[in-house]
Formats: sequence, structure tokens, C-alpha cells
Amino acid sequence: MTREQAKALIGERFSSAQVDGDAPTSAEATAGRPIVVTLAVDQWTAFALFAKTTLGCRFFSFSSAVDWKEQGLEVVARIDNLDDGVGVMMKARLGPGVSACPSLVPVFRGAEWMERECYDMFGIQFEGHPDLRRMLLSDDWQGHPLLKSYAVDTPHPPYR
Amino acid sequence: MEIKPPVPQIPAPIWRNIKDLQEWEQTHQRRPEGDKHSQLFESVTEGIHSFPGGFVVTTVADAFLNWARKSSVWPVTFGLACCAIEMMATFASRFDVERLGMVPWASPRHSDLMVVSGTVTIKMAPMLERIYDQMPDPKWAVSMGSCANSGGPFRHGYHVVKGVDRVIPVDVYVPGCPPPPESLLNGLLLLQDQIAHFRKTGRRALPNPKVD
Repeated sequence: MTREQAKALIGERFSSAQVDGDAPTSAEATAGRPIVVTLAVDQWTAFALFAKTTLGCRFFSFSSAVDWKEQGLEVVARIDNLDDGVGVMMKARLGPGVSACPSLVPVFRGAEWMERECYDMFGIQFEGHPDLRRMLLSDDWQGHPLLKSYAVDTPHPPYR
Repeated sequence: MEIKPPVPQIPAPIWRNIKDLQEWEQTHQRRPEGDKHSQLFESVTEGIHSFPGGFVVTTVADAFLNWARKSSVWPVTFGLACCAIEMMATFASRFDVERLGMVPWASPRHSDLMVVSGTVTIKMAPMLERIYDQMPDPKWAVSMGSCANSGGPFRHGYHVVKGVDRVIPVDVYVPGCPPPPESLLNGLLLLQDQIAHFRKTGRRALPNPKVD
């Protein structure tokens, strides 16, 4: 499957999703780049399943989030079709003040720790995650440090 | 958990306007009077010292004990970050700390010195404190590298302790990022010099103007 075929399939199935929004489209510029798909939140799991089954993206590369301050959080996940060298970057805006997002764990088991880390750093509640605990920080930690609203020198007694 | 009182040897920071340095000064006022288990020993020496001519005994005992202590400082093998690589190089044959009587020992219960080599995160700090508490008195700590001294480049990160002296009392600070083995060796020699100036067998010495 080439990149163009994958884009056509995505456009057919998810017509409301924005594919390669403002990215350059020339062949040189897109070589090795993922297809960037911007989705609505309710399509998040459905698109992952579609990408896994139809596009052959069986490798879950990573998942993370971006805090766009008053515009809310954005969840990002990258999945790859390693056989054909096609990568898909999935993005979804959760909307201002929202921290709930459907989980990708039913589709990709490898998303489990990534989503735990994402919960740890951004406080995103992944619905359907089997074991949503803190990943890197200790269990008694207050707050989610990668949010823009987390102050840089937040004290953490007794050590800072 | 209680913050251990810090070291008096550090000169006051010159950047007095910076807020968290003022806070640092407030938190780091005094260090404990001597070590936990040296109290009895200290009172005995105090008693001998009060006899006429007793100072001869105590001074000689001090000199002898300090010589013994400084000649067998065993560092616990405790590496935290990339500074640990330089620490390992220092412990290995090329820089060879064994000629100073230091044997890197893999148990805190037989060690006298902890070289805090690297970034101390908030998650690691309780474990560090626990290992330090397992070491028998008298014990010393060398803070190695910018991260252990002050937090270094990660000072304003959310997860880093701003200097290991907020967790344990530190005797010698070795600057550098990371300090080369020569620097650490110099720090260890300064530590030996400090140990040689212990008085009343257990009271930590003031900095020696000749070496500091």
C-alpha cells in the first residue's frame, strides 16, 4: 500500500477527518513523513481499528499529548505499517477543559504504558484503560507536571 | 520526613536577589552537632580533657583516630547518573583511589563515604536517604557534579531535588558537569584533609583556609 492509496482509503472511510492539513504535498517533502490525520475524539478508537485492519498499521509507535493552553489538550499517536513504510500520525483535540479520551488499549496493547505516562504527565483520563495509574512519578504526586498550568518551581516537600 | 540540617561550610551565595536561593539559605542554617553515635565518645573525651594534662591524651587520640579514619575511607558504590561513569573511572586502576586507602565497597553498612554522583530526583531521594542512614557513623558525603550540588541544568525541572544537601549533609562539593576524575580525586583529598582536622573525635571540622 502506498501513501496515496492509504490517504484515499482514509478519505473514503473518515470523510470528516482532516488528512495532511497544512503539510507539504510534494513527493520529496512527504518522503518518510507520516500521514497526519486530525480526527474528532469520538472517532479516535474507530480510526485506530481501521488503521490496524485496513491500512495494515500494526505497529504502535508512541502516544503523547500537547497542551494548547486555553484551547485544551490534544492527544497524538503514531502508528506504522512497517511492511510498506507508511506511517500515520493521529491527532485529536479534546476541547477546552476536557480531560477524557477513549483509550487505544483495546486495539493496541502496547498503548497501555504510553497512556499511563500520558495520564501521569497530562492528567488525561483514558476511558477503557485497564490500569490507569501513575507511570513515572510516585503515587503521592500532586498535579500533572507537563501541563502548562503547572508552575515551574512547584514545591514538593520535603525535597524541594 | 524531616529535612536534615545542612552544611555550614558553604559560603553564602552571592546572588541574594534570587528568591529560591534565599529560601535555600533559610533551609540550610545548621548541621547537626557531630554524629548520632559519637555523643558518648565525645563526652568521655570531654571528661579526659578536663583533667590537668588531659589535653595531651585527647590531642594524641584525635590525631590517631583522624589518621585512621582518613586512611580508610570506604566509599559505597552508589551511582546515579552520568557522573557515576567518572566516579567508576576514578575508582578503577588508572586513577586508583586505593592508594588513598579507599576501597569501593558494595555495602552501605561497611562504608564511610557516599559519593552522590548525579541527579537526585524526588523519587530517588528517599532511597538515597535510606542508604545514607544505613551507613555507620562517622560518615561523610561528597556531592559530585552540578546536579547533586544544586540541581544543575535540571534545577527548575519539576522532578529534581535542588541539591542533595536538602536530603543529606554534604562535606565536599565537587563542581563540574561531569567532574573529571582529577576533580573528584581533588575532592576526595579535600575530604581527607577535613577528616584530618576533626576535633573532639566526632565534631566536624571547620574548613581549612589553606585548602578551601
